[in-house]
Amino acid sequence: MHADEKFTYETWPAAPEKSTLESKNKFLGFWFFLGGETVLFASLFATYLALKDKVPSTTHHLAKDLFELPLTFVATMLLLTSSLTSVYAMYHMKNFAFKKMMVWLGLTALLGAGFLGLEVYEFTLYVHEGHTFTSSAFGSAFYTLVGFHGGHVAFGLLWCLTLMIRNSKRGLDLYNAPKFYVFSLYWHFIDVVWVFIFTVVYLMGMVG
Amino acid sequence: MKRLAKWRLISLFGILALVLSGCGEPYLSTLKPAGEVAETQYDLMKLSTLIMVGVIVIVAIIFVLILVRFKRKDDRIPKQVEGSHKLEIIWTAVPILLLLILAVPTVAATFKLADVSPMDKKNSKALVINVRSHLYWWDFEYPGQKIVTSQDLVVPTDEKVYFNLKSTDVKHSFWIPAVGGKLDTNTENVNKFWLEFDDKKSNEAGNLFYGKCAELCGPSHALMDFKVKAISRDKFDAWITAMQNVKEPQKAQGAVAAQGQEIFNQSCIGCHAVTPSNKMPETARLAPNLSNFGERSRVAGVLDHNKKELKNWIRNPETYKPGNMMTGKYPEMSEEQLDALAEYLMGLKAQE
Amino acid sequence: MSTYAQKKGFGATLWDFLTTVDHKKIAILYLIAGGFFFLVGGLEAVFIRIQLAVPNNDFVSAGLFNEIITMHGTTMIFLAAMPLVFAFMNAVMPLQIGARDVAFPFVNALGFWLFFFGGIFLNLSWFLGGAPDAGWTSYASLALHSKGHGVDFYILGLQISGIGTLIGGINFLVTIINMRAPGMTYMRMPLFTWTTFVTSALILFAFPPLTVGLVLMMFDRLFGANFFDPTLGGNTVIWEHLFWIFGHPEVYILILPAFGIFSEIFPIFSRKRLFGYSSMVFATVLIGFLGFMVWAHHMFTTGLGPVANAIFAVATMAIGVPTGIKIFNWLLTMWGGSVKFTTPMHWAMAFIPSFLAGGVTGVMLASAAADYQYHDTYFVVAHFHYVIVGGVVFAVFAGTHLYWPKMFGTMLNEVLGKITFWLFFIGFHLTFFIQHFLGLWGMPRRVFTYLPGQGFDAANMVSSIGAAFMGLGVIVMLYNIIITSVKNVKVGNDPWGDGRTLEWAIPSPPPFYNFKQLPLVRGLDAYWLEKMDGKKGMTPAEPLGDIHMPNSSFLPFMMAMGLFIAAFGAMYHVNDKAWALPVMIIGLLVTFGSMFLRSVKDDHGFHIHKEDLMDEEDKGVKA
Repeated sequence: MHADEKFTYETWPAAPEKSTLESKNKFLGFWFFLGGETVLFASLFATYLALKDKVPSTTHHLAKDLFELPLTFVATMLLLTSSLTSVYAMYHMKNFAFKKMMVWLGLTALLGAGFLGLEVYEFTLYVHEGHTFTSSAFGSAFYTLVGFHGGHVAFGLLWCLTLMIRNSKRGLDLYNAPKFYVFSLYWHFIDVVWVFIFTVVYLMGMVG
Repeated sequence: MKRLAKWRLISLFGILALVLSGCGEPYLSTLKPAGEVAETQYDLMKLSTLIMVGVIVIVAIIFVLILVRFKRKDDRIPKQVEGSHKLEIIWTAVPILLLLILAVPTVAATFKLADVSPMDKKNSKALVINVRSHLYWWDFEYPGQKIVTSQDLVVPTDEKVYFNLKSTDVKHSFWIPAVGGKLDTNTENVNKFWLEFDDKKSNEAGNLFYGKCAELCGPSHALMDFKVKAISRDKFDAWITAMQNVKEPQKAQGAVAAQGQEIFNQSCIGCHAVTPSNKMPETARLAPNLSNFGERSRVAGVLDHNKKELKNWIRNPETYKPGNMMTGKYPEMSEEQLDALAEYLMGLKAQE
Repeated sequence: MSTYAQKKGFGATLWDFLTTVDHKKIAILYLIAGGFFFLVGGLEAVFIRIQLAVPNNDFVSAGLFNEIITMHGTTMIFLAAMPLVFAFMNAVMPLQIGARDVAFPFVNALGFWLFFFGGIFLNLSWFLGGAPDAGWTSYASLALHSKGHGVDFYILGLQISGIGTLIGGINFLVTIINMRAPGMTYMRMPLFTWTTFVTSALILFAFPPLTVGLVLMMFDRLFGANFFDPTLGGNTVIWEHLFWIFGHPEVYILILPAFGIFSEIFPIFSRKRLFGYSSMVFATVLIGFLGFMVWAHHMFTTGLGPVANAIFAVATMAIGVPTGIKIFNWLLTMWGGSVKFTTPMHWAMAFIPSFLAGGVTGVMLASAAADYQYHDTYFVVAHFHYVIVGGVVFAVFAGTHLYWPKMFGTMLNEVLGKITFWLFFIGFHLTFFIQHFLGLWGMPRRVFTYLPGQGFDAANMVSSIGAAFMGLGVIVMLYNIIITSVKNVKVGNDPWGDGRTLEWAIPSPPPFYNFKQLPLVRGLDAYWLEKMDGKKGMTPAEPLGDIHMPNSSFLPFMMAMGLFIAAFGAMYHVNDKAWALPVMIIGLLVTFGSMFLRSVKDDHGFHIHKEDLMDEEDKGVKA
């Protein structure tokens, strides 16, 4: 099977994301990349845990004085839902239903943008309360960990939009199917990271 | 013949270098342990070296046999051997045993050297010294005795001395090679350990051990030396009493020294204290305490202790300790002023 | 193909190398760049030894000395040893598994250019206000205290080249898993390929902590964060952990490929298969695994407490076991063999006692309580030079001589090679053996000078004389390379005559598609098996057909250059320079713009047609 071959619903392979050597490589390579990303976030989490209540004075804000759980909860729901919509998109990709896939991808991007908007809003709230990147070690660690994740979401958003616009006219083939698939892997990954951030930073922060 | 002579010369030179230095200097070398800690560490060194020499000998024998026996002589193809389970089990099991022999005393010693429980006991009689490292000098505070000194650490022999280590600027590391080592002075937490100074060995080393900073800390890291006067408990007590008796800055003896004291009070006292009493918080102790400067063994930790070197140092500290914090903190001094200052400082003594 | 390349002008050749995605050409780029940085690092080493030859020397100032030691360490580890090892991985590994290229040729090129621009950025510090001076470990309190931009060059330069290494690691992993020739099972892979595999896995998991550490340091120094400032709650021990979680596996990232090269050399020149192949593989994997469990032995004196110190001490000792297995397997490979003492074999033989010495001092250092005495002294300096020079650098020299014909199609001079060996070998032991004793006698490391009267004088002089010998050895080697390249006597597929693995079954240098037909692998030492059966080459596993090859691209160069430009902007932005922010944005635009281009522009590669391959064969017959 060649990458630039034209397909119909009948000839479309069962696993279009790994039906050529190139896409098999891409698939595996991306998993390894995510392995490296996991260690990256693990290091950031460890740093955050070491510094989460390290502030210069007793009057300085700590996690439990700051966090707005309802806000983060809504953000969490947006991101979790976007993971689900990306699953639907991949389902349609495997069924060679290009239009449907695009719709679900669009929804994914929309939800991701909503999440990002909430995060920016949340950060501005904290900054107004005096909890900034430079105010304490806790602040530095918080914005670095959560911001790294936010940066990943923003990159994923741009990636998703680029893929959608680039391929809007030409439909699915074995050259771009793995690209969509790898994007969805990435999107799941940042979703999983967020679940950990929500637990470790927000929930555990509220408990004490 | 000529070639042989050259080789003989080289090997002679090598052996000479080894023998001359032997085990190093008694006041500095880890191979001349002068206390319980260094002794423990030296024992571990000997044990590990012994085990390792055993391994080296075995490898060397096989190695030489290969060199002698299996050099290519013809074009034959040797038998292709896959391996040998028996041999492989042997050279897996034997090293594990050897490492166990080393691991057990290692773990025991690691816990022993970290045992600082007497420090925290209430009403403990243990001598505790707070070490504060600065860019490029050492501050020694005796909290129980309420005195502070710098650069020359004074300790009693034949008893455990406990240390609280912390740094005020960048990370350093506190090391007295002959007595045991070493522990870092971190910027964020206090590290604790103990040392013991053997009386007999101290005498052999001239009662003055060399101390070093072992962690890269800037340009003058190499020059961040200190000295340790290890003296008997009686002498130590006398020294403490003498230091405690210096309640106020000592009056200078003689006209020149008095002039020096005046200069000192104008230009130096902002950073350098001349009373050993411990009133200032440690962060305000910006420079070495000079209360007993006249009794110290070095100027600035590295220069000979005489007026000439002291004047050189004050004239231009940057030449002797690049990157130090003293340069430029005081006006330039004339020769006359330097003479007066040196006269005054050399007269600062707690004990007559 | 190679004759065609020679006729091209300089400009065309340069453009060819700037845009190449061919693993063999990228290997040459790594070799040249790594070799260059090796010379730079070596020169720095010579300056160090001149300064320390006599007490109270003033050849260089204290501040400059710290810059030199920092750059010596950083250059040798990140910019010399790693790229040189990468050069051999790129040159040999795809050939050993019977692949036509790596899995991601584009990424391979990107990895090189990132490393290259990172290295250049780091070394530009010499001309732009001073090099980093906080040691190659760049401990946080000192790094934050360091004035000027030296440490910023370190942070940003390593960050850029680190990303290059990371993607290189992923590339090799996928290549080895997905692109092995028919019949090349995991347990038939040559040991160099195995070590490349494990090394790549180590890179994948070890570099992200360094990335994070460097990011935190960058935020502290350039953007006002407080990770390492205790007055605002920061903690410098975090840096130590992150650095060594990376730093210890890094040592194995360097030494495992060295083990791999020696595991190729011993069987070749003993004409005997590797003794205990499966236990060698097992030991390699085990060393890689344990490599992540022992980082805190670099921090025994940081004050982690006796429990942590004891655990890490025992874990560290455990590494001695698989390493010992390897040493004995190599010895037994030669035992009963027919050993030919070529230049690569000289290095391999010398490696055993040298590395053994480094290994046993490693076990001594693992004994935590005793390490309190060794830590940060010349004993440690001696130890890691025995391991890294006696292991990695010996392997690089051995590999250079062994694979030179495969990479360039011509043999390095054996006589000069042996002269290089003896000069370097003697110099090496003269320099570093005595340093064990200097450390035990009480000399801390990283000192710019020492006072007389401490018993250090004679030993330091001996050490400096040794360094001169090593320098001479390298000069002879350079001369060897030059005259060999000028003479350029072409050699055949298997110039050593005893090649065992697939790379020796194809021409030297191989055609750009490596294998006209993928070979069928029938067992370990695939080519040796065929030779023993009286065949001249490998049995093909497929009929002659079209070969799919990737297109060259200039984008990797652009992406790396963008980050290089952006780094200047990020660095000078703290000085309130008006141009700094725009420069940073332009640089990032170049990088992300190139990524965008790469993403939207379809690149299907091209096919070499069957007919053209036949033509080549005809040409080959005529020549």
